[in-house]
Amino acid sequence: MIRTIVKRLWLVPVVLVAWELATTAAANPFFPPPMLIASRMYEMWFSGPFLLTEEAVDNFGPSLVRVVGSWGAAVVLGVGLGVALGRTAWLADYIDPLVEFGRAVPPPAMLPVFLVLFQMGTQVQVATIVFGIIWPILLNSIDGARNVDHLQTDTATVFGLPRHLRLFRIILPAASPKIFAGLRLSVSLALILMVISELKGSTDGIGYLLSVASSNADMPAIWAGVVVLGVLGYAFNSLFLLAERRVLTWHRGARGTA
Amino acid sequence: MLEIDNLTHVYGPGSPNEHRAIEGLKLSVAEGELLCIVGPSGCGKSTLLRSIAGLITPTGGEIRVEGELVRQTPGNLAVVFQDYSRSLFPWMSVADNVALPLRRRNMDKRQRREAAQEALESVGLEGAGRKYPFQLSGGMQQRVAIARALAYRPSLMLMDEPFGSVDAQTREDLEDLVLKVRGHHQMTIVLITHDIDESVYVGDRVVVLSKAPAHVVGDLRVDLPGPRDQITTREHPDFVHLRAEVGRLVRGVPAQATSA
Repeated sequence: MIRTIVKRLWLVPVVLVAWELATTAAANPFFPPPMLIASRMYEMWFSGPFLLTEEAVDNFGPSLVRVVGSWGAAVVLGVGLGVALGRTAWLADYIDPLVEFGRAVPPPAMLPVFLVLFQMGTQVQVATIVFGIIWPILLNSIDGARNVDHLQTDTATVFGLPRHLRLFRIILPAASPKIFAGLRLSVSLALILMVISELKGSTDGIGYLLSVASSNADMPAIWAGVVVLGVLGYAFNSLFLLAERRVLTWHRGARGTA
Repeated sequence: MLEIDNLTHVYGPGSPNEHRAIEGLKLSVAEGELLCIVGPSGCGKSTLLRSIAGLITPTGGEIRVEGELVRQTPGNLAVVFQDYSRSLFPWMSVADNVALPLRRRNMDKRQRREAAQEALESVGLEGAGRKYPFQLSGGMQQRVAIARALAYRPSLMLMDEPFGSVDAQTREDLEDLVLKVRGHHQMTIVLITHDIDESVYVGDRVVVLSKAPAHVVGDLRVDLPGPRDQITTREHPDFVHLRAEVGRLVRGVPAQATSA
């Protein structure tokens, strides 16, 4: 256990030390040493009475609420719509080109539209994130629901399964490997869109912090924001993979012997 | 029990690749009978089974199960498909697979679990309930599919080449399993196979279908003495005679003797 952790992570401290040494030696204000970034993070966010400072709550709170809430909304909407479309063969044929087009639009391209529509605040972030990440979820849900094995649906028909069981015990599980492939894309995309939309259309959040620090040329604060975003991205991805592994255990097992 | 009258099914009628799968098929199965249907491959056996199960609507003719015209799957009918690896749900444990169809019956959770356990016992898989299908061998998976059908307590069980995907030894075990469970459960069984020996060994009666468009070309009663046994039954002169008879009918060679 400890050996594998050491084996996997030994390069991280090495890089940190090398970075510290190099930036201290160079003394370039645009590249502050990691220790300086860390102390800035501490005094900005983690020196409060209960660990977190007011600024930390201000910076992280809105961002987290937006990204998690928007992702949740996009999942419910995308999977729900996708499964409905996927199980309605004639409809899916018409919808397909639209979905393909929606997916092809680079997600940040819609930000100016939402800035005009909503000006500032959480609506801008929610709209940008949901519109940006729903396509891979939708596309994969359609695909997964459409390609449920006929023998599985026939079996459900023969045994007279009621509609809700058919949906929740047969269609959704059968489509879940595909659905999860779409969700995986959406997780990292959601974080990207959160930052982008906060840079422009927000008065709080991590993206807003970055944009303020950038206009003040406050390099340690910018880097602090970057580090937090990296940690956040890593945490989201790890949580997602954990959930995926639990839900899709059967899938890896079934494929292992196939 | 099961009455099929003048059944006809045409795929893509009117189109250039129109395929007449079944034409004017007439068949009747008595209560409690184990009927085997054999025919050359691609003759429309599966079309016939899917029509009885209400999975497709035949283009002509009538099917009645216990006097009721089949429009959708009758509630007292279960199917065991050939491809167990696709008809069992890989995301559910073995016990959940067996218990799921019972949601339709008026049973609470505990009753469903007990019924599933009982069915698994009757196919010799009492310890496998918590496993997942992929953790079992092919023969065991098909036993689970049979257990699922048994737990459902159908009065008519359809089996579509149920042993087509397992090895020879397992196949013999499963044949004997079907003979065993039919004794315990009062039900009619229609078993479709392309294996001539199997049809004679398992069946009370063997119906032979022609090449597509399928109709009945032979209907033989199997009167073999005593409980069937993989060794002694298969060397019995009546067995040898019957399998030759069925073989000739399947190949379309005129029969030498008729027995009805």
